[in-house]
Amino acid sequence: MTVREEENAGTAPAIGRDELLTLYEQMEVIRRTEKAAHDLFLSGLVKGTTHLAAGHEAVAVGASAALQPGDYVFATYRGHHHAIARGAAPAECLAELMSKGTGLCKAKGGSMHLTKASAGMLGSYAIVGAHLPMAVGAAWSAKLRDSGEVAVAFFGDGATNIGAFHEALNLAAIWSLPVLFVCENNLYMEYTPIGAVTPVGRPAADRAPAYGLPAEVVDGNDVVLVAEAVARAAARARAGAGPTVLETLTYRHFGHSRTDPAKYRPAEELQQWLQRDPLNLARQRLTSAGVPEAALTAAADRAAAVVAAAVEEAKAAPPPDPEDAFTDMWADGGSAWRT
Amino acid sequence: MTTLTLSRALNEGLRKALENDPKVLIMGEDVGKLGGVFRVTDGLMKDFGENRVIDTPLAESGIVGTAIGLALRGYRPVCEIQFDGFVYPAVDQIVSQLAKMRYRSLGNVALPVVIRIPCGGGIGAVEHHSESPEVLFTHTAGLRVVACADAADAFTMIQQSVSCDDPVIFFEPKRRYWDKGEVDTAAGVADALPLDRARVALEGADVTLLCYGPLVRTCLESAIAAREDGRSVEVVDLRSLSPLDTEVITASVRKTGRCVVAHEAPVYAGLGAEIAARVTEQCFYCLEAPVLRVGGFHTPYPPSRLEEHYLPDLDRILDAVDRTFGY
Ligand SMILES: Cc1ncc(C[n+]2csc(CCOP(=O)(O)OP(=O)(O)O)c2C)c(N)n1
Ligand SMILES: [Mg+2]
Repeated sequence: MTVREEENAGTAPAIGRDELLTLYEQMEVIRRTEKAAHDLFLSGLVKGTTHLAAGHEAVAVGASAALQPGDYVFATYRGHHHAIARGAAPAECLAELMSKGTGLCKAKGGSMHLTKASAGMLGSYAIVGAHLPMAVGAAWSAKLRDSGEVAVAFFGDGATNIGAFHEALNLAAIWSLPVLFVCENNLYMEYTPIGAVTPVGRPAADRAPAYGLPAEVVDGNDVVLVAEAVARAAARARAGAGPTVLETLTYRHFGHSRTDPAKYRPAEELQQWLQRDPLNLARQRLTSAGVPEAALTAAADRAAAVVAAAVEEAKAAPPPDPEDAFTDMWADGGSAWRT
Repeated sequence: MTTLTLSRALNEGLRKALENDPKVLIMGEDVGKLGGVFRVTDGLMKDFGENRVIDTPLAESGIVGTAIGLALRGYRPVCEIQFDGFVYPAVDQIVSQLAKMRYRSLGNVALPVVIRIPCGGGIGAVEHHSESPEVLFTHTAGLRVVACADAADAFTMIQQSVSCDDPVIFFEPKRRYWDKGEVDTAAGVADALPLDRARVALEGADVTLLCYGPLVRTCLESAIAAREDGRSVEVVDLRSLSPLDTEVITASVRKTGRCVVAHEAPVYAGLGAEIAARVTEQCFYCLEAPVLRVGGFHTPYPPSRLEEHYLPDLDRILDAVDRTFGY
């Protein structure tokens, strides 16, 4: 145990073996969905772009485990893992990527805008930084209604350099709102190393003190540590103590988007991070907690079956109806006269 | 003459601009080491150094704000906005500062900033990555707004924009980046068609088809297809959207008596509305039919599998051409 964990022992609910096995299975589902999305893209079946979150699974699954069903999550275009962790089915996500009529948003969102409001997944946003002030607003609503809910904004390291990040932290801080700012620092803003365009070592955590906010740097590949950190921050927020900045350190396994082969990343760096694969870390924890290998294999097999079925379902789904492009435009339901 | 893709022609034009004036700078997300997501700035950082080709943080408002500051101190920054939809965080800087500073300073301050924006759809890239926001800028006094349509114009227009003392919003037709054309890279820009002039891209007698950016190619193809129906279509590439070259436009419409305007942006309150009003005011007694408009629908950019329904294509353009003969 690190000093930090000892300090915090007792403040966060411990994650038991059974729960950890479930979290591991969820991570397997996400990993396999992302792999399927990659393959579908390469075979020309995904029309549009994809930003895969393979490698980031522990952030989404760990955070989700520590949140309540009524909490709000705002994610980025790299958000498939958050949608699935909050309860979206792989089939509806893949159908959305493939621009099918059965997609999560009837193909109107695409890969970058997975949204499932019924599951508290209040959207993925593709204008970098845009959703941070929105999470602040959602948190404000929770405070006004004294609902005990928290809002969580996930964002990349690159987003910490856009004004919206700073405005959001400031607003959340002055109003002491129940919002968690969770940075998924994967070391790159697209093709540029974050260190080359940021004057501090921890782009999110190092900025928090300027707004009087507490921050924690967390191993984003360890689902248990993420869950514990989010639970602590959420507990603080629910207790009225205001926002927290969490900087989770992680790494994407694929390139930035589409077919980016990510050649700009040093081979040793990639190797190091692949060894710290969040799925492996979870398996190690499970094994040392005495979970038999067969149980791990069974979980992975279940995940594989779910994703294989999802791929078939999405492939077989019909394209969107051209008429759907004109629906849901205005409050009165019309649109024809305005074209 | 050399055969270049449109994106390569822009690259060569930017290279010339960097060579000709040490005050020219290029800035934007991933424009340096990567050479930009569409490789328009490929190799420029290597050849001109990190002080002139700058990989910026992700901060559109900050990028344009910084460019304004540089321009205030005598530089000529060229900012790349990665995709059309990412310009909105910078709109405040562009509309409230860049466009107004000259006016506000009684002409004492020039802001020779170029904002390059890959625009339009057709590459399966969905909303934020397929938009045509030109009228936001044409509606703002103080900005020049131009759109290149082919490699030759890309090469000259980018150089003219960089040397222009007004701020220029420079639209690049992203689905045409890979289109090839003949470019005279040895020619200077002094003798080229000025930046604010339209160009008759194909002469015709029966109907004028006005277009710009990505739809110029579509309109040229439509004009060729229309020959089979015995229609002679004149295609005018507007090039400059603000100011508009009404001289070339009205001369063409007076000759043909019919006019169709096509753009990817929604028809509603689009540039076509302004052009239709002007043509009607200035060519009323020459018109055989009302000015018709073809464009995107008044919806957000649609799902990728539906974009071919949204983007004006040969059928929709030819249908409008036909309708001008029905009055
Ligand atoms: C306002 C805005 N500018 C630029 C882009 C293009 N873009 C998309 S993702 C990205 C990099 C973001 O990096 P980071 O925040 O670290 O997130 P990651 O992709 O690593 O998850 C860029 C430049 C955008 N989507 N929005
Ligand atoms: Mg990143």
